[in-house]
Amino acid sequence: MRISVDQSKCCGSGMCVLTDPDLFDQNEDDGTVVLLVEHPDATHEATAKEAAGLCPASAITIS
Amino acid sequence: MTELISDELPTTRQNPFDPPAEITGIREQARISRLKFADGHLGWLVTGHHQVREILGSPKFTNNPEKHHLLDKRFQGDVPEDKRKAEPGMFLSQDPPDHTRLRKMLQGQFTVRRMNQLSEWIATIVDDQLAHMRSLGNRADLVKEFALPVPSLVICALLGVDYDERHRFQEDTAKMLSLDSTFKEAMDAMARIQDFMRELIARKKANPGGDDMISDLLATGEPTDEEASNMALLLLLAGHETTANMLGIGTFTLLQHPDQLKILKDEPEVIDNAVEELMRYLSIIHFGPVRTATEDVEIDGHLIKAGDTVLMHVPTANRDPEKFPGNPEELDLRRPASGHVAFGHGIHQCLGQQLARIEMRIGFTKLFQDFPDLRLDIAPEEVPLRTDMGIYGVHSLPVAWSS
Repeated sequence: MRISVDQSKCCGSGMCVLTDPDLFDQNEDDGTVVLLVEHPDATHEATAKEAAGLCPASAITIS
Repeated sequence: MTELISDELPTTRQNPFDPPAEITGIREQARISRLKFADGHLGWLVTGHHQVREILGSPKFTNNPEKHHLLDKRFQGDVPEDKRKAEPGMFLSQDPPDHTRLRKMLQGQFTVRRMNQLSEWIATIVDDQLAHMRSLGNRADLVKEFALPVPSLVICALLGVDYDERHRFQEDTAKMLSLDSTFKEAMDAMARIQDFMRELIARKKANPGGDDMISDLLATGEPTDEEASNMALLLLLAGHETTANMLGIGTFTLLQHPDQLKILKDEPEVIDNAVEELMRYLSIIHFGPVRTATEDVEIDGHLIKAGDTVLMHVPTANRDPEKFPGNPEELDLRRPASGHVAFGHGIHQCLGQQLARIEMRIGFTKLFQDFPDLRLDIAPEEVPLRTDMGIYGVHSLPVAWSS
């Protein structure tokens, strides 16, 4: 699994960090998403998908 | 295909915690149906969860009030056309790129990490307010003594607004949100809060370096004074009125669902999910939000044309069994409730949602820890409901305790 994020779409809701802080963080300046792990291990696959589904701005893609 | 058409939006709630039964009935027939607006416009009523998410997430819809058809003359009467413009800084009513530029100035202040760092401080505010409530004896209005003060104290301190000046915004906020206010009354109330905010911005510019969000915003040099004062107004209003109503009607809900309250007391770790479920179950927006299509767009097989106004009914969408299987009409603190649209969806999704979550988590937990035998002090049917307000909840909640 590969996670990709699009900072230009991100609206800083924080839903990804709330869902899995091991995978996502937020930029201190403008709150936009910072991807911590591009290839999550099996234990984080479900939360990666959940974060992508919850993102209000569709800024997270799973492939 | 014959389309379901509603001549006006049903707003009567048969039960304090449920959306109007008529709208649930509409959702069961059609998650997208037609709704007549006050000016004769045949717009849309959206009651399905998936459909609400799709529209709120689509760049083909605007929240610019100039584009919206007037919903209903029962509320606010006739709106003069020239007064519906989004003012500078009111990013909730703006589209990208203006919205993006303004919201970005604030997003860094509301990150999950920053909000988590406030937990201990918020816990102190909650403790102090609960101690104050106990000092009143054995009964109190929970809204006046707890639900409204806690988020008001929090947002005032975060923004650098003097809480002792709350008389300059609390009553006028109520007038702005009242469905019984005429458009002029609501605009006059907003103008008074704008005056207060302009004074605040001037004071902060004269005394720079304050440790608060507005001082930080001004220090960036990015917003104009007019933008900064309207942004501050938006944060102040959204920061106290919404959470206050969730704490108020959330407490009422838990008191009326003793089996669920027992779960919260016995398993305090359920609180994060309980907050999501209370948000899903109550939604607290009375109806709405509204968007208008800026180009033709097909949603679920329906062609929504450019210029069509769409009313999304969030309380009903949050009870959609397609999204929340089992019995979505029941409060179930253990239900997977994330994905509700009570904070909205799309680029306008609540900026302060992580703050609201922490205020609710700490507020509900400590309230029932400190007052384990809290009970309603009037008959439940006598609790005054905010059916006259855009943000739903309870006007007051008389409660009692013995120890």
